[in-house]
Amino acid sequence: MSNDTQTPRDGVPEMLGRLAWQLAWGFARIFSIVALLAVWEILARTGTFTPFQLPALSAVLERIWSDAVSGDLAINAGLTLYRALTGFAICAVLGIAIGMAMSRNAVANWFFDPIVSVGFPMPKIAFLPVVILWLGVYDTAKITMIVVDAIFPVIAATVIAIQGVERELIWSARNMGASKRELLHQVILPAASPQIMTGLQVSLPLCLIVAVVAEMLMGGYGLGGAMITAAQFANSTSVFAGIVEIAVIGYVLIKIMVLIRRRLLLWHPEANAPATA
Amino acid sequence: MIKTLIRYLPLLILALVWEMAARFEWVSTTALPPLSDVVRAWIELMVDGELLRNSASSLYRISGGLGLSIVVGTILGIGMAWWKPVNVLLAPIVEVFYPVPKSALIPVTVIWLGFGDGSKILLIFLGCMVPVTIGAFNGARASEQVMVWSARSMGASKLRVLWDVVMPGAMPELLNGIRTALALSFILLVSSELIVAQKGFGYLIGSLGAGGSYDAMYAVVLTVAFLGFAADRAYLEIVRRTLAWRSVA
Repeated sequence: MSNDTQTPRDGVPEMLGRLAWQLAWGFARIFSIVALLAVWEILARTGTFTPFQLPALSAVLERIWSDAVSGDLAINAGLTLYRALTGFAICAVLGIAIGMAMSRNAVANWFFDPIVSVGFPMPKIAFLPVVILWLGVYDTAKITMIVVDAIFPVIAATVIAIQGVERELIWSARNMGASKRELLHQVILPAASPQIMTGLQVSLPLCLIVAVVAEMLMGGYGLGGAMITAAQFANSTSVFAGIVEIAVIGYVLIKIMVLIRRRLLLWHPEANAPATA
Repeated sequence: MIKTLIRYLPLLILALVWEMAARFEWVSTTALPPLSDVVRAWIELMVDGELLRNSASSLYRISGGLGLSIVVGTILGIGMAWWKPVNVLLAPIVEVFYPVPKSALIPVTVIWLGFGDGSKILLIFLGCMVPVTIGAFNGARASEQVMVWSARSMGASKLRVLWDVVMPGAMPELLNGIRTALALSFILLVSSELIVAQKGFGYLIGSLGAGGSYDAMYAVVLTVAFLGFAADRAYLEIVRRTLAWRSVA
């Protein structure tokens, strides 16, 4: 796809030109973000908005710093991450297991298929009060809510991925004497893994969204809970600090997922294709 | 008929287990009121108009926020794919906003616009714009260069090409992005209403739960879940018809 490999080696002027171009490009890439942040600071400083509506970026960063020093940030972020990632791990293991069972077993498919096709598009967050009723407001309830919300993309992706494995691949493996187990572990799962990964990549942000909502509603420690407490005390600097913190966590988690995908699927042709996300 | 029955039998079984578990008190009936009581509560809520009033305000919020995000997101996405400077300006911002868990914006929208409709519409708009923009961008970017060239060489203006070639080409990805946005809009609506609202589904669920009328709470929860499901199915049907021209081609 890329033309880089075909261009002959350039002389020094071309290299300098390319470097300048790359620098300009890199600057252009962050320009709008820097501009946005500058506008935020200026709007807040000049009093266009009250500090309640829009606290200055510098004040927000200061608040994050003082949270970090006092250790609140580590506790809250750690708890949110713990809940979201535990939920995600359960979604991954259970979701792939159910998806595999559905593709291999007619009874499992008969039972789960309508549940998945009805449950997937439902706004399951509406069941949050029911979960509170059953499990209370502590970690079990929060993690359960996360799993209920985020498991469906994993199941659906696993089922579709396994269905999509090329018949020829399975036939040849069987022809060469692969047992059912070998077929599953060495042929079907690897061939299905790109789509399963995509399902996991849909599920992870959902885990974070639900973790934050669950914390907001059920209270207690955690970034969501801290934000809602701050909002109740009209402490908008802390609310904005919370958004920045959650945003950074979301960004880092998603980037890690992309890296894991690239690492796991190194052998797959898609690893050579240009990245899209 | 029989086939559909067999297909959805598991759901019927679940409903039956629910009813029996509650009737024979295998579990506490406060935690799980019998399904029949839930149905009765639903009819009562319907008759005294409470459910309809709250659904009207929820549907208003969702259609407002989603409608805005579809219009703005489509324009932004196609603009990013069509004009390089727009892309350079907006791509980093989209990339930064994309992974933000949108529910984190709930308190901020309340700070900006209060407890009413405005804050929910803004929240749904902001949250749903990202998937729509990305869908439109990916779709428009993938439009076949050959088609664009042919249209240009046959004398179509740039705008004409945008409307007649790029837009239809971007449709499948765009519609996919809108489907994601539709699901997200329900999540954001219900969570924001559960946290702060004076009307709407989330508010109704919260106040019924706080008042201890759990059968009515279950009735509203199931109504919202069903609406989300029905909206998705209806949307898929619309998409199937809109894209009918593709399968013929």
